[in-house]
Amino acid sequence: MSQIFSPGSNTVAKLSILGGALITVLILGFLFVRDQSPNTRAVGTAIEQPVRFSHELHSGVVNIECAYCHGPAEKSAYAGIPDTHTCMSCHSQIATYSELLEPVRTSYETNESLVWNKVHVLADHVYFNHSAHVNNGYACETCHGQVDQMPLVWQAEHMTMGWCLECHQQPEQFVRPDSDIYTIGYEYPEDQLDVVGPALIDQYQTNVDGLMTCGICHR
Amino acid sequence: MVHQTHDRDDYDFPETPNEINLTEMAEEANFQAMLEEYPRQAAAYQYSGLSRRSFMKIMGASLALTGAGLAGCVAEPPDEQIIPYARQPEEIIPGIPLFFASAMTLGGYTTGLLIETQEGRPTRIEGNPQHPASVGASNVFIQASILHLYDPERSIEARKDGQSSDWETFLEELAGVLEDAGDGAGLRILTETVTSPTLATQIETLLENYPAARWVQYEPVAQDNAVAGSRLAFDADVNTVYNFAEADVILSLDADFMSSMPGSLRYARDFMDRRRVREDQTEMSRLYALESSPTITGATADERLAMKASDVEAFARALAAALGVDAGDAPQFAPWPEEWFEAVVADLEGSSGSSIVIAGPEQTPVVHALAHAINAALGNVGSTVTYTDSVVASPVITTEDLAALTEEMNNGDVDALIIIGGNPAYNAPADIAFADALEQVPFSMHLSMYADETSQLSTWHIPSTHYIEEWSDGRAFDGTASIVQPPIGPLWDTVHSAHEILAALNGTEGTPFEILQANWESNYEGDDFESFWRLALHDGVVPDSAFEATSPSLRGDLASALGEAGFGQSAGLEIVFRPDATIWDGRFANNAWLQELPTPLTKVTWDMAALVSPETAEELGVVNEEVVALTLDGRTIEAPIFTQIGMAPDTIVVTLGYGGDITAQEDAPSNRNVYGMRTTTNMWHGVSVRVENTGATYNLATSRWVEDMPETDAARAGTLRTFIDDPDFAHIEHSGGANLIPPIIYDGYAWGMSIDLTSCIGCNACMIACQMENNIPTVGKEAVESGRDMSWIRIDTYYITEGETVETRFQPVACVHCEMAPCELVCPVEATIHDHEGINNMVYNRCIGTRYCSANCPYTVRRFNFEKYASELPIMQEYRNPNVSVRVEGVMEKCTYCTQRINMARIAANNENRLIEDGEITPACAGACPTQAIIFGNINEEDARVTRLKEQPHDYGLLEELNTIPRTTYLARITNPNDALHGSSEEG
Repeated sequence: MSQIFSPGSNTVAKLSILGGALITVLILGFLFVRDQSPNTRAVGTAIEQPVRFSHELHSGVVNIECAYCHGPAEKSAYAGIPDTHTCMSCHSQIATYSELLEPVRTSYETNESLVWNKVHVLADHVYFNHSAHVNNGYACETCHGQVDQMPLVWQAEHMTMGWCLECHQQPEQFVRPDSDIYTIGYEYPEDQLDVVGPALIDQYQTNVDGLMTCGICHR
Repeated sequence: MVHQTHDRDDYDFPETPNEINLTEMAEEANFQAMLEEYPRQAAAYQYSGLSRRSFMKIMGASLALTGAGLAGCVAEPPDEQIIPYARQPEEIIPGIPLFFASAMTLGGYTTGLLIETQEGRPTRIEGNPQHPASVGASNVFIQASILHLYDPERSIEARKDGQSSDWETFLEELAGVLEDAGDGAGLRILTETVTSPTLATQIETLLENYPAARWVQYEPVAQDNAVAGSRLAFDADVNTVYNFAEADVILSLDADFMSSMPGSLRYARDFMDRRRVREDQTEMSRLYALESSPTITGATADERLAMKASDVEAFARALAAALGVDAGDAPQFAPWPEEWFEAVVADLEGSSGSSIVIAGPEQTPVVHALAHAINAALGNVGSTVTYTDSVVASPVITTEDLAALTEEMNNGDVDALIIIGGNPAYNAPADIAFADALEQVPFSMHLSMYADETSQLSTWHIPSTHYIEEWSDGRAFDGTASIVQPPIGPLWDTVHSAHEILAALNGTEGTPFEILQANWESNYEGDDFESFWRLALHDGVVPDSAFEATSPSLRGDLASALGEAGFGQSAGLEIVFRPDATIWDGRFANNAWLQELPTPLTKVTWDMAALVSPETAEELGVVNEEVVALTLDGRTIEAPIFTQIGMAPDTIVVTLGYGGDITAQEDAPSNRNVYGMRTTTNMWHGVSVRVENTGATYNLATSRWVEDMPETDAARAGTLRTFIDDPDFAHIEHSGGANLIPPIIYDGYAWGMSIDLTSCIGCNACMIACQMENNIPTVGKEAVESGRDMSWIRIDTYYITEGETVETRFQPVACVHCEMAPCELVCPVEATIHDHEGINNMVYNRCIGTRYCSANCPYTVRRFNFEKYASELPIMQEYRNPNVSVRVEGVMEKCTYCTQRINMARIAANNENRLIEDGEITPACAGACPTQAIIFGNINEEDARVTRLKEQPHDYGLLEELNTIPRTTYLARITNPNDALHGSSEEG
């Protein structure tokens, strides 16, 4: 009876084991990279909205402060999207016949909500709290970028956990005085890391050790 | 749709791990710092260099390196919508819950509540601290009631003769019926117990419009005996209010005043306020409990005597005679230990004016009348016992009412029957054939949340609102009125409240709110109704509405009124009927939280059982889970046997509520409906019951671990005398031993908990509160049988038998948050790690489900999601707490000390640049606890309540000899037994 396997079979077997391992590793690696990629996370992709609301105009040109529309950011976990009445508090006087505002006027008349497309979506197990950041020296701009230059808003940062931790590990890099929370285009002083940052951390009584515990964001 | 409005290269993206050279990275200071960082939290590996997690991270990074370059990705913008209000209500800030004062009515009596809403969805119920019946606490029924609001099996469709119909058609038909009603001779309205002033006014109006109509009340767990007892003693309808805060000696005559009587929450609190023994406070009250079925009141008692239900009246008569009350014949027999009786008499006599004798709603009217007479003789009236006018709008003996109605129905005298709530076709006494009679009535209507037995036999079924959706009002045990204020409108257009039905009957206009407000306004005597109304709504208590004390006098001929002691000593087997501790009279049968809640003491879930003592079981030759047929006066039900320590001799206890349509199960005994053998003469107990073994068995899912729990050091206890002689009695020497884990210094907040075992009454309120707060799923009977129940907190129950007496110790156990936590050491992915405030965090997204932590936890408090238990029905997601993750299959979970509440308080304090104050954080369990047995706080704060409690000499840690340094510690249970009953001064 002849041999079932030729001498070359050993090589084939070894190669397929190796190849299998390699493919597994490649697939896992691909998935990991894909997940972390800014592209996957739609960074820099402007999101179409039912109303072509321009932050560039409102925040940049007209210079309305963030909190006028996103006031809950100071009190609540959510920054909130303004209700139609907030829009109409100005637009009953300004640009009253603008075609772009038709959906807003309809919503005002019918009392039916506008439906906006979400730009920033955190995972459900992340309990980000706006008020905890805004009241303790972290500006809108730090995470949301320069919205005064965004005709339609896009996500400025990829908002992965690693990105959050950059600041949670060393908050003195980004902390600002209360007066500059809503400032866009803020320039950090040169001694931010050594002097200003640590002093502000003290002033806000931030417990930096606590910022790296899981339970602070995950419940 | 998606535009690329700028070049990605304009942005300076932070480097992602796959772009870093690993060798370089290892040398970087940041990376070293990161390696430091993780071990610091893990506590276990502070000095070990590379932690398990860091190892995993590096593995991940190397995978990423291998895969770099393959990333050909597609931009995926988030596909989620955000919908703001068109007009945002002023008081709503998304993310900040609102609380509405409301009230829940059970058995006619209301308890004031605060209902939390998240963007309009009711998600949580707490007691209202300003309400006298709640004082901030709540019980299992209140907590779990929120589930009924969202119950997908709720009836939402009006039905006529079983066919779907609508409200308008009903109104038309009703108008026709009322046109022919004349003076109302054929019109009857059947309600449950009514304390609602507005509903009572509406019914009065109805009776004025139709003078020959009649109002009938029936409720299976009613205060009939108390009403009859008060008529017997005072010849008047009187409501009794007890003041346990002033009571030194209490005798309970089969009264479960801590869990199943009107005012229970308040009574439990007041009672325990007299028992908080501390280093500098060594006085406590003494409770003697006489009981025919094991209850948590008896388990808490200092001296408990299990007695057959039919002997309690004899005991009361003998006691009355011994205390010099002229109350008819004393019995010629005494089936109780003489010294026990004498001890009670001596103690009561010694505490004249500061004692309470309280009769249970299940005991006979004679016992109630005797209790009144004894309290009067002891001088308790006016101090510990006060009387008021009846809280119930129209006090009646409900069984007599229902019997008369049924007779009329059978005679064809009833043309139209309006049934508001209840389910009499299912729960009427067996000798009142209400269900058959209902079919004779030409026009009948049943308002109910479920299309139940009564609905099916009625011409019309109208789906009812849940109390969280309706405007109403009601009175508490002391007469205090509350407005039932809905935090949400009806979830369905088709549901209607009792007030709407009555308005339709009366032909009055207006919404329930207008009717309610108009009624209060017409009875208001001041000059600023608007402020009064706003205050009543805001506080949840109508100002000054508690009834004033009255002083009814005992009738002179009490002795003859009580009649001869027409009874002999009990013989043979007795059966005792009690409301179920989890589903009450059956109205909560469709509530999974309550069904899965282990019944106090027996720990049986999802079922009822026939409880017998182990001795009786042996005499009958039956064992656990054997189905027996119980026959009383020719009526038979079947139930599985379950043995329970501390039962009265020759007594079988069965609970109400099972065996209806809702609890119908294929494998359950078909006739286990206790109402099928409960008659007007045997409402609460029956003698000479016959027991036959059917040969069948039926599985009971119990979370009890062992049959007889041995005396153990887990739940430590001593007597008051022991405590005075040796305050440190609860401390057990242990070596301390070496520890592999270096100590951690907590210099900020350090959260801890103290649980007072003296105060714990084992009522389960903490369990349901935890379930509601933390989105804990139910798992079903089979999973409970396999020990897979998910409850984060459990009430361990220990029985210590000594001769005839049984001491019961309750010990709530949740994660104790060990400073040296064994679970953390064995987790390969550091999904469970310590934080800087001493909380053992559970990170669900890291968990890979090895269950090593659970195996290594000496407290067995970890729960594993063997399946995806959380319901995906949209409506079942509405009540969930948005601040707590819903866990998925394959993930471990456990008590977090309500970390979401800690975070909320921390954020609020940080935002205001201050420290968290003591009492600012209340975990769900502590918030619900009727007796404030659970205290939580910062143990680094010297004046915090929790720190003070932990300094007490009788503070000890569960399994502290393992060196786990638990953050939750216990105050040993202290009881105050009567030395005279225990021979020497040694502890009993």
